Parts: sequence; structure tokens; C-alpha cells
Amino acid sequence: MTPTASPTAGDTSAHGVFDDIVGSESSLRRFLHGLPGVDQVGCEARAAGLATRSIKTTSKAFAIDLAIRMVDLTTLEGQDTHGKVRALASKAMRPDPADPSCPATAAVCVYPDMVATAKQTLGDSGVNVAAVATAFPSGRAAMDIKLADTRDAVEAGADEIDMVIDRGAFLSGRYMDVYEEIVQVKEACARPDGSSAHLKVIFETGELQTYDNVRRASWLAMMAGGHFIKTSTGKVQPAATLPVTLIMLEAVRDFREQTGQMVGVKPAGGIKTTKDAIKYLVMVNETCGSDWLDPDWFRFGASTLLNDLLMQRTKMTTGRYSGPDYFTLD
Amino acid sequence: MSTPTPTNVFEYAPAPESRAIVDIKPSYGLFINGEFVDGNGTSFKTVNPATEEVLAEVAEANDADVDEAVKAARRAYTRVWSRMSGAERAKYLYRIARIIQERGRELAVLESIDNGKPIKESRDVDVPIVAAHFFYYAGWADKLKYSGYGETPLGVAGQVIPWNFPLLMLAWKIAPALACGNTVVLKPAETTPLTALLFAEICQQADLPPGVVNIVTGAGETGRAIVSHPDVDKVAFTGSTEVGKAIARAVAGSDKKVTLELGGKAANIVFDDAPLDQAVEGIVNGIFFNQGHVCCAGSRLLVQESVADEVLERLKRRMSTLRMGDPLDKNTDVGAINSGEQLKRIRELSEVGDAEGAERWEVACDLPTKGFWFPPTLFTGVSQAHRIAREEIFGPVLSVLTFRTPSEAVEKANNTPFGLSAGVWTDKGSRILSMANRLRAGVVWANTFNKFDPTSPFGGYKESGYGREGGRHGLEAYLKGADQ
Amino acid sequence: MSRIDVRKTYKLYIGGQFPRSESGRSYVVNDAKGRLLANAAQASRKDARDAVVAARAAFGGWSTRTAYNRAQVVYRIAEVLEGRREQFEAELRAAEGITAAKARTYVDAAIDRLVWYAGWADKITQVVGNANPVAGPFFNLSTPEPSGVIAVVAPRGALLGLVSVVAPLIITGNTVVVIASEDNPLTAITLGEVMATSDLPGGVVNVLTGSQAEIAPWLASHMDVNGIDLTGVEDAELATELEVSAADNLKRVRRPAPDTDWLAEPGLDRMTQFLETKTVWHPIGV
Repeated sequence: MTPTASPTAGDTSAHGVFDDIVGSESSLRRFLHGLPGVDQVGCEARAAGLATRSIKTTSKAFAIDLAIRMVDLTTLEGQDTHGKVRALASKAMRPDPADPSCPATAAVCVYPDMVATAKQTLGDSGVNVAAVATAFPSGRAAMDIKLADTRDAVEAGADEIDMVIDRGAFLSGRYMDVYEEIVQVKEACARPDGSSAHLKVIFETGELQTYDNVRRASWLAMMAGGHFIKTSTGKVQPAATLPVTLIMLEAVRDFREQTGQMVGVKPAGGIKTTKDAIKYLVMVNETCGSDWLDPDWFRFGASTLLNDLLMQRTKMTTGRYSGPDYFTLD
Repeated sequence: MSTPTPTNVFEYAPAPESRAIVDIKPSYGLFINGEFVDGNGTSFKTVNPATEEVLAEVAEANDADVDEAVKAARRAYTRVWSRMSGAERAKYLYRIARIIQERGRELAVLESIDNGKPIKESRDVDVPIVAAHFFYYAGWADKLKYSGYGETPLGVAGQVIPWNFPLLMLAWKIAPALACGNTVVLKPAETTPLTALLFAEICQQADLPPGVVNIVTGAGETGRAIVSHPDVDKVAFTGSTEVGKAIARAVAGSDKKVTLELGGKAANIVFDDAPLDQAVEGIVNGIFFNQGHVCCAGSRLLVQESVADEVLERLKRRMSTLRMGDPLDKNTDVGAINSGEQLKRIRELSEVGDAEGAERWEVACDLPTKGFWFPPTLFTGVSQAHRIAREEIFGPVLSVLTFRTPSEAVEKANNTPFGLSAGVWTDKGSRILSMANRLRAGVVWANTFNKFDPTSPFGGYKESGYGREGGRHGLEAYLKGADQ
Repeated sequence: MSRIDVRKTYKLYIGGQFPRSESGRSYVVNDAKGRLLANAAQASRKDARDAVVAARAAFGGWSTRTAYNRAQVVYRIAEVLEGRREQFEAELRAAEGITAAKARTYVDAAIDRLVWYAGWADKITQVVGNANPVAGPFFNLSTPEPSGVIAVVAPRGALLGLVSVVAPLIITGNTVVVIASEDNPLTAITLGEVMATSDLPGGVVNVLTGSQAEIAPWLASHMDVNGIDLTGVEDAELATELEVSAADNLKRVRRPAPDTDWLAEPGLDRMTQFLETKTVWHPIGV
């Protein structure tokens, strides 16, 4: 499989359409606070309802392969080494060495200093390199440092940049600061040849606390031109949840209705099992439709999920349950 | 506007719940005095509404059978149940609650087969609430002196229940009656007798003393015999307003105490500041839950004009994802219409909607060739004068009306002889409370819909009946009162 | 030569006014010894209809007043009644032929009953309402609300009986059309005068005098009446007929109890019988 780095719906931000809204702090605030509210209980009930869908046989086989293709195989540890990243990259290209029919993951996700190593290993395999930038995970650094962080990763060959928003600014109502920051980071994703790394905008939904905030952050990031909106860094609990992802899926669905543009969604952190992954895919399917059932538009930020997908995949093909000893630890 | 619709890229494969768990006998008798007996009347067939397959022959109780059942209930009341301490009665009810949990899957599958409702509803809603209901009222049995309604039972309760929630309605009737020390003669609906008969078996497993619960199957005549039996002290009925009125007339001049839970035409009111995605879920749940066979269904959508188009757009998109079909498939959202007769009524009223000039929109889906099916449907351009805005359709048919101001919403919502339930969707707290005060309905769901709980009283205003089921209030129907 | 009395014309009490019967009819009311007391208005079905219209019109305002305010109004009725107790004692003695002591007992009890019910206005909700601990993230509250317009067939006790059936209905916010005791209707109209001067809004209580058998069926079958209290119906056949008619719109029905001991302390059931329980759900979330 060959994940492509260019979106199908045009790489222009939705500027223009939203000029009036992002023209001033007050108009931006009015817009974000004018979005329909989210009732927590109703949203969680809907997510739980979707999670009861029962997926079997061919649908399940399809879902498992799709989920593998959507994985951003991630290592974001202080103890990361070049060796660890090389191993991870190898695994991303060939998740199940025993089965050549097993698809590759969408990307590996690393810190900026590991981008070159990852890129070297992945070569032209089609597996992208995603780099977390902008003083990940807290985002607490001066603007020029965040931009330098981003440029550094892009120069090193990153195909995708996962930035974090300034939650402090967001929570104190300085939406314009958040907006401008996304716009600037997006500009920093540009390459000399005129192409550009894809920008994923991480909200750290666990810190935003309310679904109303998640919805507002989603619109803010989409209006600023983010290619993907992403739940979490994985460093804060709770990370990705079904209801938070539901809110973001509703946002990209509604954004497309207004602008015609598609934006991707990436839940990250805490998704560990095939069962979980399938619940997310069901939610994507029933909320946004099958257009989003594609690695270009939906990703899982995960590390341990891949092995569970592989075990379930093996169970589907062999008919017996597998065990962790049969899959690599990387 | 492009509305993404699921394609076969991710079609869910069928995921049927196993039917092997239930053992349907070819024929069933009446459950009188702790035993199944043949009865003296004729019999009738109960069918699977999803396939029209005949499931079983069921005895139709005649006057003599009903008399036998009432006598058994009276004996059990006089000799055993009214003499037993509340604490001991409680233990029987707890036992029943536990057996219902243990046999929950079996009850759910049987309910879906006989009724046509999706397994996910019978499994996740009906049966768990049934168990919870027995558990809740079990705890009251030895605490009645704190209820505010005294501790004196009425005697023999005659109970007639509908086909939309067969086992749940049985629980709503039997659990409080028994907790208060009454004995019962209950008639399930003619199209859905099987879970009540399985419940009879559960009473046997629980060693419930004979005669405390008697189940007599049959149709309208059997119901009439129960209601008018001179030795019945209490009548509890859930069903149509028409039959409710007939019962009220039949008991006039007697000492029978009556509670009636009847029809509705609930307004589900959506303001422009509503949490729209949840409101859409609430609208869908309000009218398509249980195929719309719900007395408190939100069958009239009242949407503020400024958001009407947007709400309708979202609603139609959401309705397009509803999965209709085999009730036993775990992914089915909308099951079969309970009977051919009910299907006919739904069709007729929908045709009236067409004729009156309302615009029909229905989910495009392939309906099974056998069984009774009606696709989720909505009518726009409906006014208060239309019959589809006034009469209870009791099916998956939503009438959409608009309003401009809160007062107009209240006026339209209350402009009905019914008063069972209402829904309000808005993010403004004070408006919710104001609307809740002004709506003449027994249950007001604000920013939610179709929620039920054993602790929460349920019942209507006006022609939706009288009396409450559930909660402390539900005890009143089965006790003589603090002043007696 | 002694002064000639100015006699009172006893009319109906509808919508805060004292109209004659639209039918122009009246009937003779005698005292306990069979001597003429007065002519009372003989209400027709149209008077009953007008009374229901008045009661319905008053319902919205009365039922949404604060409980505290309703309490004060009913307490005010007691105050005004206290000030006119000699008149009521005299009327009761004349109408029912009872002793002065007995008449005093009834007037005392009627005043005390009004005071008792006045105190219930802002307590009944607390006693019969409930917060319900549902198994989920929902606020769930059940509160009583008045049923609406209630028709009452009053019992014989011309003052205490009447007060005992009317007070529990209005204190909770219902409005009332009451058919006074056919044999002893005059005190009911005098009580109307008390209510008319007690800040009770017009139409909250409407008093009809005349033939129970003639008027009651119209109220029982009236589709804009929400409940009927048959306490004073002594004819079992009529009571059954009325209950059958009441089923047309599923009125809440209180069955006859003409032999009630009105001096005994009442329970809550005269209030609760004509209360609806409304349960409101709301999700709990951030």
C-alpha cells in the first residue's frame, strides 16, 4: 500500500471562506461560542451505542487491514535511540514478516531528532515519517523555537508534522493566538520545492476538558488550515476516547459540508486493542461515511495497537488464537 | 451538498444472536395457581412478525378460566401472600430479579422473536430494566410504612398489558403489586404472550407460592373478563386510550381502584441553541426506538424555524444510517412492526398524511419480503390540524412542525388531548425549567429522551391516563393509602 | 313599628361575579322547619358551561402563582370568615336547625380547616415530590402539579363540608366548579362573598346552586374539566352515571363519600387525588 502525502481535496486552507470570522479576536470568539453545544451525556451515549456494533467475518478482516494501514506507529520517549527508531521503521514497513500480504502502517511518529534516522530506514517504502514538533508535548516554548523545531523536522525529511496547540492560550480565551500559531506552523511546514509537510494539530483534549472546547478547537484548527486534527499527545490522561473522537468527526463532517474540504482525524493514545480500533472505524463510517475510511483521512496514533491487530489478523487467517511471542516487540 | 453515505467498503456482515438459547413449545396453556393448565377456551397463534412464522399455539382464556385465575389469586392473597411479612415477600422478588438476570439473554431473544424489536434493545434496555424493576420494588416490600401510602394491600389485581414492551410492562405491573402484598392475574397482549409465559416458569423456579401470579393469555374478551370480574380489587391497564376509557366506564360505580397508562402524542421541542447532534440523536431515539411502538414516543418534532432546515438535514442524514432488518441481528436498529394489523394502521395514517398535503420522506432501504415492515419515515409541512399531528400512529413516523417563540412551542405542544411526555432541547438552563413547568405532560425529558428507570415515576396527564408507575409513586396504585 | 329587613338575593358565583342563572330560574330553599329561607338561583347547563370557562381562564394564573401566595390567599379566606363568623353561625342554625354550640363548632372547624390547608400550599410538593436516584447521569425530579379544572359535588355540610372539599383543591392550584348542597345552598353563596373579598382571583372557585341531578352530568361529560369529585352524590345510580360520563376524557374521579365525618382531621388524599406527578429528566454533564 502506498499512503500518499497529498490530500485529494486540495491543499489550500479554508482562508477566504472564514476571513470575516478570523478577522478579529471578538468575531472569532463569537463564532466559536456560537457553535452548537455538546451535551456530554448524549454524546457519550451515542459513542457507546456505536461501540455495540458487532463486526464479523469479511468485514472484520477488512477492518483489521484498514486499521493497520491507518497506524502511525509511534515512539515518543526520552529513551528513544536511533536503533529503536530503525527497528520501529522496519516494523512499520513489514508488520508481519511471516506474511507478505500484511499491509504496512501509514507512518512512524518520532521526535524531530529521529526524523533523519527514520527516513533513512523507510526510504521510498511509502511509509511516512511524522514528527512531533512545537515543543511537544507541553507546547511551552517561545514561538520562534516552535517554528525552528518545525523547520528542523521538515528539513530532516518529515512528511508530516504533529504540532500541539497552546492550551493555555486556548483555555484563557486567546483563540486568535492559537489560530495564528497554527497558521505560522503551517507556513513553517513548507519545503523549498514548494511542497509542504502535512500538518496535524494536537489539541490535548484531556486538558481542554469539555466537549464544547473540543468542538471549538476543531473548528479553530480547521479554519487555520490544519490537514488533520488529533486528540492527544499520549502524555496526558485521558487521551483518545470514543466520544472525543466523535466530536471531532462531527466537526470534520460539518466542515466539509460548509467548505467542501476534507480534514483528517487522528485519535492518539490509549487505543490498544483491535476491538477498540474497530469501534473507531465503525464511528468513522457512521459519522462521516466511508470517504474517511482511508489512511489519508483517519489515523491511529499508537504503539501497542499494532501487535494486537496482527494477532487478530493471524487468528482470522489461521482460525486459532495467537500469542505475543509470535510478534516482534518493537 | 454532499452527504457521505456508507458504501459497501465497510458493510457489516450479519451478526445474528443465536436463537438456540430459547426453547419455544408448540403450545402453551394458562398459568393458574402455579401450574400450566389447558383452559376451557379456544386457542390462538402467535407469530414472529419479522417472518410471519407461527411460533406457538396459545390458549385463549374464557370467562371460566379468568374466574379460576381470580379465585386462585384470591386464595393466595388470603391464605399466603397478605399474611407473609414484607421481608419474606421481598426475598421472592429478589429471587425473581436474579433469575431474570441469569436468564436475561434467553428472555431478550424470545422477546425479539415474538415482538419484532431489535435484540440490542431487548438485551440492553428491556430486560435489564425488568430485572432492575423487580430489584427496586423488592426493596420496598418491607419498607411500606415509610412510603406515605400506608401498608395495606388492595387484594387481587387484574392487569392487562400491551405488546410494545411485553416483559417490561409485565414487570411494571407485577413488581409493585407483589411488593405491596397483592396477588395478580395478568394478561399479556395476544401478539406477544411468550415472555410472560416464560416469566411464569421463572415464578416456578423462584418457588413463588401458587396463585400469587397468574398469567392468562387471550385477546380483548379475556381482558374484559378480568377487568369486570367482581372479585378483582384493582385494575391496572397499559394500552390504547380507547380501551382505557372503556375500562374507566366498566369499573364505574364499583370499588375497584384503577390506574391507566394510555396513549400519547409527545412533542419533542428543539430550540435554535440546542446541542444539535445530541438533539438529532434524541429525535431518532424518540420516534424510532422500538419502531415507534412507544406510548411516550416523540412523534411530533417541534423545531424552531431558524434551525429547521439544518435539523432536518442532519436528521435525514442520521436516519439514513439506521439499519433495519432481522431483529435478532445485533446491528439492527429498527426491527419489525409488531403485527399486520398495526402495520395497516401505520400505512393508513401515513396515507392520510399524504392526502392532507404533508410531504413524506422515508429512508431508502430494501424491506424484507416476509414479515411486517415500515421504513423510518418523516413528514414535513405538517400543521396542528393534520391527523398525523393529532393521532397516535404508534409506528416509526415522525411529524415535523415548526415554531418561532417559546410560547408558540408550549401552545403547540400542549394542544392535544394527551399529556404523557415531552422533550425539550436547549442549552439555556432557565428556559429548560420554564418549558418543563409549562408543558402539561407527566414526563419531561430535557436534552434527552425515552429514558426509563425503576425509581422514576411514569404516567400521563389528561387522556394519557392516571396513576404513576415506577418509583415511590408507583406504590400508590397498590396500597389503600395512609388515610385508610 | 319594627324595621323591615333588607333581604339578600342569593345568586350564583361565577368568575368572581354574582350573576343570576341565565335560565332565569330559582327554587325555594326552606329552613329545617320547612319555612321559607330564600329563593336560590337554579343553575342551568349553560351556567355550568360558563363556570367551566371561568375556571379554565383562571387556571393559568392561579396555578402559576407562588405557593406562598396561594397560602396567603387561602389564609385570608380564613381571616375574613373569622370576621363574619356570627353571620355563618346564624345561617347554619337556620338552614340546618342545629344548636348554637354545634354551629360554632362547625364554623370554628371550617376556619381552622382553611388555615390547615393554607399551610399545605408550600409543603405538599415537599411531601409528595421526590428526587429520584436513577441509575445514570441524570437529574430526575418528580413534582406534583394541579390537574386543572375540577368539578365538585359538595356534600350536605353547608359550610364545613364545602370548605373541606374546596380548600384542598385550590390550595394546590386547581380551579373549581362546585355544585353546592342542593338542600343547603345559601351558605355556599355567602361563602362566595367571603372568597370574593379575600383576594381570591375570580374564577378560581365558582359556585353553582340548583339541581345536582341536572347540572352534574354536564360537568361530568364536559371535555374541558379534568377531574370530578363526587363526594356529595348520594344517589348511587347517579354517581355511576357520572363516573361513566367522566370516562369520556378520563377525568380523575373521586367516588362519593356523603357520610364523611367532616370534623375529623383530613389526610392528604383530597389534595393528592387531583394532583399530577410530573417527572423531569436532565443529563448531568459539563
